[in-house]
Amino acid sequence: MSTDHNFSVVGKSLPRSDGRIKAVGAAQYADDIFLPGMLFGKLLRSPVAHARIKSIDTSAAEALPGVKCVITGQDIPKVKYGNWRLVPESQDEYALAIDKVRFIGDEVAAVAALDKDSAEEAIRLIKVEYEELPGAYSVEESLADNAPVIHDEYHQDIPNISLDRKIEYGDLDKAFAEADLVLDDVFTVHATSHAYMEPCSCVAEYDHDGRLTIWTSTQAPYFVQCLLASTLEMRENDIRVIKPFVGGGFGGKMEMRPWEFCAAFIARKLGRPVKFTLTREEELATGRRRHPMRIHSKVGFSKEGMLLAKEFNVHLDGGAYNSMGPTACFLCGNFGAMLYNYPNYRYYGAHVYTNKPPAGAMRGFGAPQALFVAETQMNVAAEKLGIDPVDIRLMNAMETGDEIPGVATISSCGFKESLIKVAEMTNWREKRKNLKPGQGLGLGCYSFISGGVFNWFNTRYNFTSAEVRAFDDGTVHLMTMASDIGQGCDTVLRQILAEELGLKVSDIRLTAADTAVTPQADLGTWGSRVTLMAGNAVRKAAQEIKEELFRMVSLKFDLNVIHDLRCGDGKIYPANRPDRAVPFGEAVRMAQRAKRGEPVIGYGSYTPRNKGLVTPAFSFGAQVAECEVDKETGAVEVKFMTTAHDCGTPINPMSVEGQLEGSVHMGLGYALSEQFIMKEGKTLTTTFLDYKIPCAEDMPPGISVHVDTYEPDGPFGAKEAGEGLVSPTAPAIADAVYAATGYRCMDLPLTPQKVLAGMNKI
Amino acid sequence: MKKELITLNINGDDHEIAVYPWRTLNEVLRDQLHLTGTKLGCGTGDCGACTVLLDGQSVSSCLTLAVEAQGQKITTIEGLALEAAANKDLEKCELDPIQESFIAKGAIQCGFCTPGMIMSTKFLLDHTPKPTEAEIRAGLSGNLCRCTGYNKIVDAIADAAEKISPTK
Repeated sequence: MSTDHNFSVVGKSLPRSDGRIKAVGAAQYADDIFLPGMLFGKLLRSPVAHARIKSIDTSAAEALPGVKCVITGQDIPKVKYGNWRLVPESQDEYALAIDKVRFIGDEVAAVAALDKDSAEEAIRLIKVEYEELPGAYSVEESLADNAPVIHDEYHQDIPNISLDRKIEYGDLDKAFAEADLVLDDVFTVHATSHAYMEPCSCVAEYDHDGRLTIWTSTQAPYFVQCLLASTLEMRENDIRVIKPFVGGGFGGKMEMRPWEFCAAFIARKLGRPVKFTLTREEELATGRRRHPMRIHSKVGFSKEGMLLAKEFNVHLDGGAYNSMGPTACFLCGNFGAMLYNYPNYRYYGAHVYTNKPPAGAMRGFGAPQALFVAETQMNVAAEKLGIDPVDIRLMNAMETGDEIPGVATISSCGFKESLIKVAEMTNWREKRKNLKPGQGLGLGCYSFISGGVFNWFNTRYNFTSAEVRAFDDGTVHLMTMASDIGQGCDTVLRQILAEELGLKVSDIRLTAADTAVTPQADLGTWGSRVTLMAGNAVRKAAQEIKEELFRMVSLKFDLNVIHDLRCGDGKIYPANRPDRAVPFGEAVRMAQRAKRGEPVIGYGSYTPRNKGLVTPAFSFGAQVAECEVDKETGAVEVKFMTTAHDCGTPINPMSVEGQLEGSVHMGLGYALSEQFIMKEGKTLTTTFLDYKIPCAEDMPPGISVHVDTYEPDGPFGAKEAGEGLVSPTAPAIADAVYAATGYRCMDLPLTPQKVLAGMNKI
Repeated sequence: MKKELITLNINGDDHEIAVYPWRTLNEVLRDQLHLTGTKLGCGTGDCGACTVLLDGQSVSSCLTLAVEAQGQKITTIEGLALEAAANKDLEKCELDPIQESFIAKGAIQCGFCTPGMIMSTKFLLDHTPKPTEAEIRAGLSGNLCRCTGYNKIVDAIADAAEKISPTK
């Protein structure tokens, strides 16, 4: 693969291809779709956290004028679902509760009516008799003796632990015995909401010929297709999932959800289109969220600052169902071993059921939690050992070729450069010595995956694929199931294709994320997998086209076989004879003639193989937060954020910057302002007035620089950008608050109350 | 309670519609008239995705009753791009400078907050043609965005302000 950085389209800050349609208000999101005869759906949710359903009476709802359908768990196939198809036992959800409800908000019944008002009224008329059961609302309560068993039928060695994971290498006991400094701390981290701006929505339509089409706000059309097929007892090919424009996901839209099932089920039953759209209150009160965790971390250092051992025990508060918890449990153990070389490491992670809304995948997926702990302990160790926090990290930092035994090998790595860069940019060493009262400077670092190599979904297809059709007018059509949910992959994949074929982005038409027409398959948008994986598939498809066109050009000029051919400026030409250029479209025409009318089509796929257990490539970075703490109120103000990051080749630097700035926003909210206030399983923070995501005035100024690396496994050297960077912000801010106040936060979020209590002011 | 027959002037067009008195402007725009450029992000006036202009004043359409909007000039994102909407060939027509700046400066990611952001910006720049960065941030404080971290939106607004009222 070329490491030539003379790209013509890649590396350019092109405006996104869907900017204009979004700016004029013409982009259609799922709730913007109105079909003739469409009904409006509404879900009835459980008002109690743990109960047996004794009876449901839907007669009054059914009698209400305008109501066309009412369904409960008794009406649907008794098929459980979940993303971990590889372990069928882990699939623990019914679309509508059949036996028990397990959290406040668990879906119990669904209604479809002529209008929204009637649907809402009908929901109020359904009478459900519950036999309430004791609930467990925290890891401690769920693991206590005599705790209520939340899933009675799911075999578990320890009640309420749905699954666990262990990693171990080295000799921990020996290493801890030899350590000069051992830190042994318990941290707690909290749940946060994805708070994507577009509430979940879908429209389902049945075509009376056995096929169901659903337009849904999803990150993973293929997951929805497969799981709708199994739960509706239909064939996968009878389900067509189309992703319209999606208003953000951040991990919260990567599963099949009950409203998708209900819309599809009712559309099939009645032969009419049905739409379900959640309210923000439903999203915040019942929606998926980031895993709260209790993390017991013991780390040993030599007096010189070398890491000797780490024992990492994590209990994930998973809520009522597995959701994506198994993956978070898996990844948390990997992230606990990342960034630095831990010669001896032991991880135990347990996913614990509680009677709360399920936690799922969320931006960072185990990393924000694991790295808040790891980075905080690095800062504590640096202070105790009298070593600069930058230096202790440089001493232990991973670099290319390092291994987590049996788990991962580090390929491209700009971690040390990132550390050196942020230290330079912030004048770290000097500034730390000259802080004014109330001022603090803190450091946090991260690493993240560029997609996963694991196949918990048990797909029988390649992980991603692309088809490219070339036309004799000089254009190409890219078809891919990769899902743009706002992050910009439609633009990035077009840039990759344009670069490979020597075309302009405007020469490329794109059809994406429609399971009936885009090539099988793609696992969706999560784990920062799209640029690397779909990008590689697009390149391979383009390379097939290139080979075919090169043959034509070679034939036309009767070229010696040693000639190297190139694509560029819309032409194909021998590298050393650019005068002998054939326009791209003409080459396509020649190829088609040669094949007597057959079209020119390229196909490419990508599945990571022999890439360890985690990912083909890791991103890295470091961040410094400058904060001021008001010692009277405990309020923390972030004054400036400095970031250096390594994402390989940025395919679109403006898009990468947007991802990084968005990460700082989410990291800031995680550190300071966002939290669910819960009472016995009930979420009390159900509006954006109470659940506080940062607004424009809350955002600190900042600067970020890119550390130049080239990832050999990524398209044109690219890897992850914009997910990993949610992780360093909270530990960096917490470290700055410690520098300012002497209060070391080990329990997120960093609220003013905790800061004041930490300073012994309250 | 009975429906009322009302006339709403939206983007220069009169629409005669029957509505319940409790129906919000957002419900009428989206559900009845299918003017879906205006979004609904929360329904409680916190996120700003539903922002429209009433006689030039920015309001949350989810908190405004449709009947209240009678007799006023309602402008939605589709109206701001009216020439664009009227012209079948979207690529060739001109947009409002705010829309152009949002596109060029990377201020759009998922795009769900974008219509509301742009309408709030329209109100801001109509009343404060040369806003400082602090004024821009304050002008956006009723509009939430989860993707961008706001910085590129702030840049876009400064860029649009310069285009609309160039510094001499």
